[in-house]
Amino acid sequence: MKPFTRLDGLVAPMDRANVDTDAIIPKQFLKSIKRSGFGPNLFDEWRYLDIGQPGVDNTGRPQNPDFVLNQPRYQGAQILLTRDNFGCGSSREHAPWALEDFGFRVIIGPSFADIFFNNCFKNGLLPIKLPAAEVDELFAQCFNATGYRLNVDLQARTITRPDGKVISFDVDAFRRECLLNGWDDIGLTLRHADKIREFEARRRIDQPWLFA
Amino acid sequence: MQAQTLYEKLWSSHVVHVEDDGTALIYIDRHLVHEVTSPQAFEGLKLAGRKLWRVDSIVATADHNTPTDHWEKGILDPVSRQQVETLDSNIRESGALAYFPFKDDRQGIVHVIGPENGATLPGMTVVCGDSHTSTHGAFACLAHGIGTSEVEHVMATQCLLQKKSKTMLIRVEGRLGAGVTAKDVVLAIIGRIGTAGGTGYAIEFGGSAIRSLSLEGRMTICNMAIEAGARAGLVAVDDKTIDYLKDRPFSPHGDNWERAVAYWRTLHSDEGANFDAIVDLDAAAIQPQVTWGTSPEMVAAIDGIVPDPALEKDPVKREGMERALQYMGLTPCTPIKNIAVDVVFIGSCTNSRIEDLRAAAVVARGRRKADNVKQVLVVPGSGLVKRQAEAEGLDKIFVAAGFEWREPGCSMCLAMNADRLEPGERCASTSNRNFEGRQGAGGRTHLVSPAMAAAAAIAGHFADVRDLA
Repeated sequence: MKPFTRLDGLVAPMDRANVDTDAIIPKQFLKSIKRSGFGPNLFDEWRYLDIGQPGVDNTGRPQNPDFVLNQPRYQGAQILLTRDNFGCGSSREHAPWALEDFGFRVIIGPSFADIFFNNCFKNGLLPIKLPAAEVDELFAQCFNATGYRLNVDLQARTITRPDGKVISFDVDAFRRECLLNGWDDIGLTLRHADKIREFEARRRIDQPWLFA
Repeated sequence: MQAQTLYEKLWSSHVVHVEDDGTALIYIDRHLVHEVTSPQAFEGLKLAGRKLWRVDSIVATADHNTPTDHWEKGILDPVSRQQVETLDSNIRESGALAYFPFKDDRQGIVHVIGPENGATLPGMTVVCGDSHTSTHGAFACLAHGIGTSEVEHVMATQCLLQKKSKTMLIRVEGRLGAGVTAKDVVLAIIGRIGTAGGTGYAIEFGGSAIRSLSLEGRMTICNMAIEAGARAGLVAVDDKTIDYLKDRPFSPHGDNWERAVAYWRTLHSDEGANFDAIVDLDAAAIQPQVTWGTSPEMVAAIDGIVPDPALEKDPVKREGMERALQYMGLTPCTPIKNIAVDVVFIGSCTNSRIEDLRAAAVVARGRRKADNVKQVLVVPGSGLVKRQAEAEGLDKIFVAAGFEWREPGCSMCLAMNADRLEPGERCASTSNRNFEGRQGAGGRTHLVSPAMAAAAAIAGHFADVRDLA
């Protein structure tokens, strides 16, 4: 996993609540057996005027000029500003894969769906929960200033706005450590292999019907 | 000992290790695997030179991509076929407790085949790379969806890194009215608490109305816990749970059965256990439900109307409603019963079990679908459900009514196979998500119960199933 430490990035505002993972990456692209290449189909149904298909070159497709990520001022955005319950619905990890592949590293919103939130941390993507009032201010500032950027520091757990205001955010210590170092969860867990084996052996005695 | 909730009992019996910040390593008993969210996990395992920790924890099937007709032709879409064949070869290499591949007698939707084979048992932790894994909580097991990285993590370590959830009790007390089903109950719950109402919680469903439901109805409720934002839904063990599991292929047998039952009977929240939140619903007040928007919380009773966004004070919500009505092609204040449908879909992990098909058949018996309804798909949840339905003659009732009787799979719930809506088509669907494009780009989904879906097929528009009885 790519480590994440700090980022000074352009912000794109997605001003709608309940953005679901079907919208982030529609089902036809889930047929891939790869982890990469989903970026061109991120938000496919909103981003293009035709219906996308897997394995097709996307460069010539008609784009929806009204869609936020198609607007020139948000090209190259690495921080996505969102509303409540972002990433709800399907557990598809293709959603964070698509966001990361497109170029996003940070998603800021008042709340996230649990599974999506969890999946982000496995892919070097930092989801940040902020109070709704803070998010409202960020939206207002972002709409009012072209080239609006935020500075996100995971070590310090802060977001610095262009006007100098510093916003602190919470992140689980363990997740933060993994993300800062780009650690692979599996390797970390296998350090406890003996404990797992011990637990399993006890379980085999207590509930033998769980084992074939 | 302090009174514990069911969730706390399940959690504490699976903790292997806890980090300083409370992140815990949880042991996983059952890993359900399907073709869409597993290939990258198997590949990751191979690339890292790691092995499956415990082969006999895995039960696998192909369901999302499989066609529901003309099985003799195989899978025509080459991309879908490759994904299903990838699962075949991965399982061939790795092994599994059970694999029900495409065309197998017991193939079906992963959340239908687990319980019906006794591969889902009380007290287990159950995971799957699919958000509707919450279904299995109906058996008092801690079950939730995971991403593909976590699929790989469970394959390699038999564990999952988890933070403990908060607990919510949703009590539904009283008697459900005639024609009101588990689906209506869970839609009413989501209408009440919202699609983010359960975020961060494990929801236990209790109360006399929940206890009165069969295991199938309880599965419908827990299935949609995720639509209320909760990764896991739970229902306590009772006699019905134990009766359901008796003599299933992977259920315990002999002495183990007695031992297991004694343990399972402890799987309920203790008297006086403390929940972080409690929500009460009156069963008698719940009407048959129909969603009108693009989020499951956008729901109304059958005798209700499409709401007017102008009356909503919260600007983000108002814009969401306006966008939903525009996408759905609906005008505020339209009576729900005046909305005509083009397609009806009866199936999905929410509502494709035998009881669901029986409920739809009661309505369809001796009737014909309306002429304006182009297609009515009935897709059983598994090969076993299909054969049971055929033994009861349900397939003949459906065909006589002009419905199509299909092979099992996820089908039009998410439209990864050929079963999908065309842009602008309106569907009465027994599935779980009415998101934009969910059943096909531009398609318009209204979530309903199986009986209400059949009623819409007959009437040509949404109709109160209680008027058809």
